[in-house]
Amino acid sequence: MNLVALASSRLPSVIRAAALQGVVLGIMPLLLEEKLRWTFVAIAIGTIVVKGFVIPSLLRHALRAANIDREMQPLIGFVPSLLLGAAATIGMVVLSGHLPLRPEHAKLLAPASFATVVCGFILLMARSKAISQVCGYLILENGIYLFGLLLIHSTPLLVEAGILLDLTVAIFVIGIIVDRIQREFDSLDTRKLTSLRE
Amino acid sequence: MKEILLIALPLLFAVVAFAWPNERTRPVFLPVAGVLHSALALWLLINPPAVPANIWFSFDPLARAVLPMTSLLFLVCSFYGVAYLRARSERKNRVFVAALLILSGLLSLALQAQNLGLLWVATEAATLVSIPLLHFNGTARAFEAAWKYLLIGGTGIALSLLGSFCLGYASLYNGGSGDLSFAALARQAALPGEGANLSTPWLMTAWVLLLTGYGTKMGLAPMHTWKPDAYGEAPGMVGVLMAGGLTAMAFVAILRVKQVVDAAGEHARAVTTLTLLALGLFSMLIAALFLLSTPDFKRMLAYSSIEQMGILAIGAAMGSAGTWAALFHVWTNGFTKGALFLSAGNIRRAAGDQTRDTVSGMAWRTPASARILVVGILAITACPPFGPFFSEMKIVLATFSNHQEFVAAAFLGCLLLSFFGLTRLVFAIVDGRPRSAANVAAGCVPEKPGLILPALAFLGLSLWLGLATPAVLSNAWTGAAKLLFTTP
Repeated sequence: MNLVALASSRLPSVIRAAALQGVVLGIMPLLLEEKLRWTFVAIAIGTIVVKGFVIPSLLRHALRAANIDREMQPLIGFVPSLLLGAAATIGMVVLSGHLPLRPEHAKLLAPASFATVVCGFILLMARSKAISQVCGYLILENGIYLFGLLLIHSTPLLVEAGILLDLTVAIFVIGIIVDRIQREFDSLDTRKLTSLRE
Repeated sequence: MKEILLIALPLLFAVVAFAWPNERTRPVFLPVAGVLHSALALWLLINPPAVPANIWFSFDPLARAVLPMTSLLFLVCSFYGVAYLRARSERKNRVFVAALLILSGLLSLALQAQNLGLLWVATEAATLVSIPLLHFNGTARAFEAAWKYLLIGGTGIALSLLGSFCLGYASLYNGGSGDLSFAALARQAALPGEGANLSTPWLMTAWVLLLTGYGTKMGLAPMHTWKPDAYGEAPGMVGVLMAGGLTAMAFVAILRVKQVVDAAGEHARAVTTLTLLALGLFSMLIAALFLLSTPDFKRMLAYSSIEQMGILAIGAAMGSAGTWAALFHVWTNGFTKGALFLSAGNIRRAAGDQTRDTVSGMAWRTPASARILVVGILAITACPPFGPFFSEMKIVLATFSNHQEFVAAAFLGCLLLSFFGLTRLVFAIVDGRPRSAANVAAGCVPEKPGLILPALAFLGLSLWLGLATPAVLSNAWTGAAKLLFTTP
């Protein structure tokens, strides 16, 4: 999924990748548990709705409102960023081999989460359009959420809810700023944001 | 009860101010909320509550040592805000006033937070609510600054969330109950024996991520790059609240995490000390070098703030005495920065620009603001009668008592470099004659007392802290240092 986002050259497909990742994340807690409890169901539904539908539709709305062309204009080419992503994934698997996990936790959860975080970082740095940077940020957050699943038994629902809420508001604010940048600069290319420098 | 009021009061006023229909009278809510909030905070400072309010947040010694400062900062800024918004009546102030009040409430929440998750939620929310404050001016440059702040700050905050999860897992791995309050985590970290305390690899991962995350928020180099942009474009009073309030909040967050990591033993303590020292010295060096080259006097204040954050990090690395001095420095730096940001904002508005290339002769055009700026610069570069001299002196003494002579030398060297940079730029702006004939013809700009007196008040507070530090404050700092260093 991360590699799809790194490889795709059009904005809507990146948004779709991030949304699909959100839905998968939402289903995860249900798969990890044997017996259903209402808190997990609530978290799962909340995640699917927010990450899978609300945020992507906000982003698509921003895309339409800004009326920008849909090519990505990468700062690092697609093939190099794919290779970087793959290398980061391997590196993270090796790295998390050194971190101990409790036996009842799935072995792949920690490496997958760290790899997602790094891929989000790469997307954030290597793309110049504001919206694709937001997608990078979203994937980074997805990675962190995946790690949070390890703690799902212990963190109270309140904290989870706060995190989800903050995230939504963040994307909302980002949408507004993107809109303003578009109006002021006639473009969402962050390479034009260079008047503030030493 | 009073602890909850500290948080709820500004939020309540924010709702009322948002619904208030009149643009001209809305800013009055700022000083009303400021006075009530400060009265509460000072009452709690003098009569600290014995029992914690609840498990989520409480007015503990660390909150007692910092929260009254941010409250006073908001109080003085609120009076400035009334005059400022009157001078800028062409901009709508509904969102601005409400966001300021929410920021004050969230600061109180974050400073009192006793739980890792709650601390994160409050920090993130405070970051988001400061976005509308940053682009109040509505210029292209302001949006650019807001975007960079959002992206860099957001990433930093995301990393600190990952760090919080890692710390939680460190506890869970060795059979912790999943209680993410700082007291419980520190208790578990101090348990003897492998298998019962916090898992070391996870603890170290958590420390690195949390230090990077909250360090971004605090503005430690090399995660500082949002700071010059944001402070350069934000209105002066927003600069005060960010440089004095938000950074203090991030510093308190780092101190609380450090307390947990330190409890894990000698080895962990060595790691926290070394990382904080490295980041602190690097921040001071970067800030000093950029101060020598920047031509922009509002960005100059941002670099000076990065330097002060470096000083705080070094203080926190220097044991109990250093932490005491760092908390002292949080106060003196906050108030002095307040005077600087407000007077620089006044000069910026009168001059219409903010670089050395176009602005000069401001001592003639805005005499009062220029004088405050010069005295403030002398104060922040640690000239004796003002507060920063005493707090920085205490930090240097702490480095000597820890036998870190090299750190003290580097510290003083960076201070000297930044003194050259700051004074060179400020005197270039203040002295001489205005560049353009139009500015000469425009003559003296009338300065409203509402925009001058708050800056003077900040300067007075800084001087007062230097000359006569109240006993109740030094007791509060001692209490906080004791809380953080239970195991000597």
